[in-house]
Order: sequence, then structure tokens, then C-alpha cells
Amino acid sequence: MTVQTWTYLLVGITFAVYIGIAIWSRAGSTKEFYVAGGGVSPLANGMATAADWMSAASFISMAGLISFMGFDGSVYLMGWTGGYVLLALLLAPYLRKFGKFTVPDFIGERYYSKTARIVAVFCALLVSFTYVAGQMRGVGVVFSRFLEVDINTGVIIGMIIVLFYAVLGGMKGITYTQVAQYCVLIFAFMVPAIFISIQMTGNPIPQLGMGSKGTDGLYLLEKLNGLSTQLGFAEYTKGTKSTLDVFAITAALMVGTAGLPHVIVRFFTVKRVRDARKSAGLALLFIAILYTTAPAIAVFARTNLINTVSNKPYSNMPAWFSNWEKTGLLKFEDKNDDGLIQYVAPPEINELTVDRDIMVLANPEIANLPAWVIALVAAGSLAAALSTAAGLLLVISASVSHDLIKNVFNPKITEKQELIAARLSAVGAVSVAGYFGINPPGFVAAVVALAFGLAAASIFPAIIMGIFYKKMNKEGAITGMIVGICLMLFYMLKFKFGVFDGGKAAIAGLKAQWWFGISPEGFGSVAMLVNFVVALIVNSFTAPVPEEVQEIVENIRIPSGAGDASH
Amino acid sequence: MNDNVKNARDYWRENLRCLLLLLSIWFLVSYGAGILFRELLDEIQIAGFPLGFWFAQQGSIYVFVLLIFVYVYWMNQLDKKYGYDERE
Repeated sequence: MTVQTWTYLLVGITFAVYIGIAIWSRAGSTKEFYVAGGGVSPLANGMATAADWMSAASFISMAGLISFMGFDGSVYLMGWTGGYVLLALLLAPYLRKFGKFTVPDFIGERYYSKTARIVAVFCALLVSFTYVAGQMRGVGVVFSRFLEVDINTGVIIGMIIVLFYAVLGGMKGITYTQVAQYCVLIFAFMVPAIFISIQMTGNPIPQLGMGSKGTDGLYLLEKLNGLSTQLGFAEYTKGTKSTLDVFAITAALMVGTAGLPHVIVRFFTVKRVRDARKSAGLALLFIAILYTTAPAIAVFARTNLINTVSNKPYSNMPAWFSNWEKTGLLKFEDKNDDGLIQYVAPPEINELTVDRDIMVLANPEIANLPAWVIALVAAGSLAAALSTAAGLLLVISASVSHDLIKNVFNPKITEKQELIAARLSAVGAVSVAGYFGINPPGFVAAVVALAFGLAAASIFPAIIMGIFYKKMNKEGAITGMIVGICLMLFYMLKFKFGVFDGGKAAIAGLKAQWWFGISPEGFGSVAMLVNFVVALIVNSFTAPVPEEVQEIVENIRIPSGAGDASH
Repeated sequence: MNDNVKNARDYWRENLRCLLLLLSIWFLVSYGAGILFRELLDEIQIAGFPLGFWFAQQGSIYVFVLLIFVYVYWMNQLDKKYGYDERE
């Protein structure tokens, strides 16, 4: 069978499974729609959280990014896993004990204020929308390469599938499809990795293969360091970013991870506080399988790529080369007309442009793996993109129907009406996400990385102080969130988009002006500190927290009697 | 001070101590070994890995997973000790 047939088959089967699960797990109440009824087992929640969390970016882009960044890629590896330690130790158990439906629910009640709730809704929406647009785009890219449909058609097919199970099943449907999607995506990620590891090092475990000797008896990493320096790139295990910037980016990603609403809500779906703790551990375990494999793939793919193309005649390139050239993600321009591919660091003589995203997708083809493995990777990337998109859409719809409609504009709404509102908001959210998938604003990819900074600067400090500092009042928390998110937005607009200095062209020149030399990606950690400081200062001269709110805080610190999630 | 309040306060103190210890380890393996001291550790090579690089791309993640499971175990013990076990 050809790759194409295999792809149709595997993608078809997995989609049928997702739809089957959606029909089986329809949501009948708002509680089922928002938190899957609150009875999800820690194991299922761990898998669902892992799938929820690992997006198209983790599955498709991350290994590729690392393979071009070398050591600097560690910021993603540590940042996107270390956040779970914060989540497990500082947030999940207490938020579960609090037992509500959404993140703005917690912020609104803990800070006894509608304003706090609305600010939190705004932050949650901003973070989630920037994130979801990237997912839909990922779906489109996979469809266009593997199923040879137009990117836009791909986005629309993806929208319909997500719509189906998110609207029908709510959190309940999403949870169980995510469990299935986790299985698909981890299998799809590991199979080619194991194959390639055996091919290159004889060791079936990629995590160990990465540190092993290649077929020529040299350690793979040493060889890659040598190849990189020869071609004018930085040594692979050294990197180029400053230590301070690596520190700041890692911190921003960690804290941002712990502040992402679509990850936090997953911990509302388990029965008890102890289950919330355990499922956070399981989630990270499931995530770690992919995250410790990705850097190995990065090393294998980078070595393979250099060996295959560097100084080789263009006419001898294998079939995958022209396949990817067609998508525009791989470009060759013979600048010195010698028919050979010069792949080197200096841009004026470099002849090959490789989009980072194709490293994982093209990897099985580069390594000559069987057709079904290539098809599996397509199904896996779709699982990763769809599971994250669905989780985000649920946060968006719950923010609108539960936080805005039910708790701010029209508290008299009945449960039935709220459920309808939730479903309608999900439809609206999918449409907006699809629109951005089809007409991606040029900056989507850049903004996705910054979503973490936004979450770190706004939501994380408000929740942490809400739990660990019972004297924090609403004035402090609200000002902190507003100042934090505005500062982050300002820094993004100024240094990532050049808005105040004449647009994109100015960005490179502004690098010298970065505050403390910290990049926009790392600035979330600064904005977070500012949030904390501002909140503490404002708190010191405004009215103290009411007694009953302090009692709520005392109460969430103790696990027993968690009770069910409720209004 | 009544007994319930004191019990809750003692539980919270022990909880904070546990958090402080685990988060220090969390900080040391990632920001310490993987970032601040990595050049020093890179001098040591284990199999094909410079040690600092290994911590940044592999080791820290393994430790993170372990830390959460230690936390789960530790807190379950605390819950039992202070009578907050949810299974009762």
C-alpha cells in the first residue's frame, strides 16, 4: 500500500474512534459539560491532560526547533515540563478543593469581586485564542501534505471534527477522546523514534541512543558538534543564547504552563484532592515520554539531514526532498550554480532553507521507514492538534457561558439555558479559531510562544497569592493582573512586532534595547515579578480581606471534604 | 486556640516545609545543573553526554517526574497523620 492509502486508512480509523467516543459520552448537564461530571479517574485524567497539553507545537515543531537550536532548545524541554511541578505542588490540589468550574470562578470568588472575574476572563480568553489559532493551522498543514487536500479544506475538516465532539460531549466527550488521542500520538511519536535510534546507534531506546556511538564508532553528539562547527553553526551542545535569557525564558514557560487555563481545568474533573495530585504526576510521566524522546529525535534528524544534503548533488536528492519542496517548507536555491547543495550558516552562501516544522514530519521519510510509519505520524500530529484545540475551545466556551453570561450578565439563567449557551459559545469559538486557521495573521506562531508569557504575567500570580497569602485583597490582585498583562502586551508589541518603531523591519534593530537583555519570550518572568510586587504594594494600603474570604482560603488548604464541583 | 484550628495550622506548616524542600530540588536540577552551572558540569562526560547538557535535556525531566510522585506519597502520609484522609 502507498503512503497515501495508509494515511487515509489510519486517519479515517482514528477519526471514527473519536466520533464514536463523542456519541457515547454526550454531556447531559452543565457539570458534565464543564468538568466531565467530576468523576474522572486519575489515570484517565493523566492521559487526557497529557494530550490536552501536547499540542501541534510539541508534536510537530518542538523536536525540529531543538534540532536547529541545540542546547538553547532546552528552554522548551525544561520549561514545558517543570511547570507541572509547580502545577502539582502549588495549584492543582487547592483548586480542586475549591471545587468550581473555571479559573475565573476561583479568581472571582477568592477576590470577592466581579471585576476580578472579568479581568480573569479577559486574560483566559486572550491566552486561549492565541493558542488555538496555531492548532488549527497545524491541522491544515498536516492535511495538505499527507492527504493532498488544500490547507483550508484541511482546517475545515478539522473544525467539523472538533465541533462534533466538543459541542456534543463538552468536557466529558473531550476527556475520553483525549485519552484515545494520547495513545495515538505517543505511539506515533515513539515508533519512528525507536526505528531511527536502532538505525543510527543500534540502541532501541532513543533517550540512550542520543548519548551512544554511531555506526562509525564516534559519539553522536561529538560528531554533530564537529559537523555543526564545520558548516559554521554553533556547537550543538553549547547554544548561543545568554545564560540570563535562557533562565528567563525557562522561567516564563514554566510559570506560564502552570497558569494555562485549559490545563488547570483538567484538575477540576477528578473526584478528590488526592486524585488531583496523583493525576498531575501521571500527566507529567506521560508527557515526559515524549519530552525526553524529542531531544533524541532532534539529534538524529539533524545528523541525518546534514549527512543527506550537505555538499551532495541536487539531482541525486531522494523523493522526500521534492515532496517537501512542493509544500514550500523546503527551499533550494543554487547560488553558485555548481549543482551541489551548500547547507551552511552564513546566509549569503547558504542555499538550503529548511522549515523547522518538517523535521518530525519528514523524519520517517528521511530515514526510509515503511509507509505505515509515515502515515502514523500524520495521524499522531492530527491527534495532538485536535486534542489541544478541543481543550482550549472548552475553556473559551466555559468562560463565555459560565463566567460572563451566568455569573455577570444574567444570573437568573436556568441550567438548561446555560448548557445551550455553552454549546453555542463552543460553536462560536470553533468558527473564530477556524477563521484564524484559514487566514493566519502573520504572527500566529510568534504569539503562541508568547501566550505563556501572558499566562505567567496575569493568571499565575493571582492564583498563587489567592492560595498562599490569605491577606491578599481584591484591589491588589486586580491591579497586579492588569499591570502584569499590560506590561507583557507592551513588551510583545514593542519588541516582537515593532509596533512603536515602524513595524517588522525594526525588530532586529531593537534587540539591543531589550530590557536587561531579556527576549520577549522570556519577559513573562519579569512581568510576573512585577505583578507580584504591584499586588503587594497596593494590598498594603487598601482595605483588608473580609473574614469570610480568609476562611475560604483556610478551607482550601485542607484536603478532606472536597465535595463535588458545584456552582 | 481550638484543636481543629491548631491541627489545620500544623498540617499547613508541614505542607509548606515539604513544598520548600521539593521546590529547592526542582530549582537545583533545572536552573542550577541545567543552566547556571552547566558549563562546569559539561566538563564531566557520561557516555556521549556532557553532563550539563544531559541535565538540561534529559535529567531535569526525570527528576521532575520523581518529585511529583514523592510529593503525592508525602502528602498522603500527612493527610493520614492529621486525619484528613479522603478515603475515610
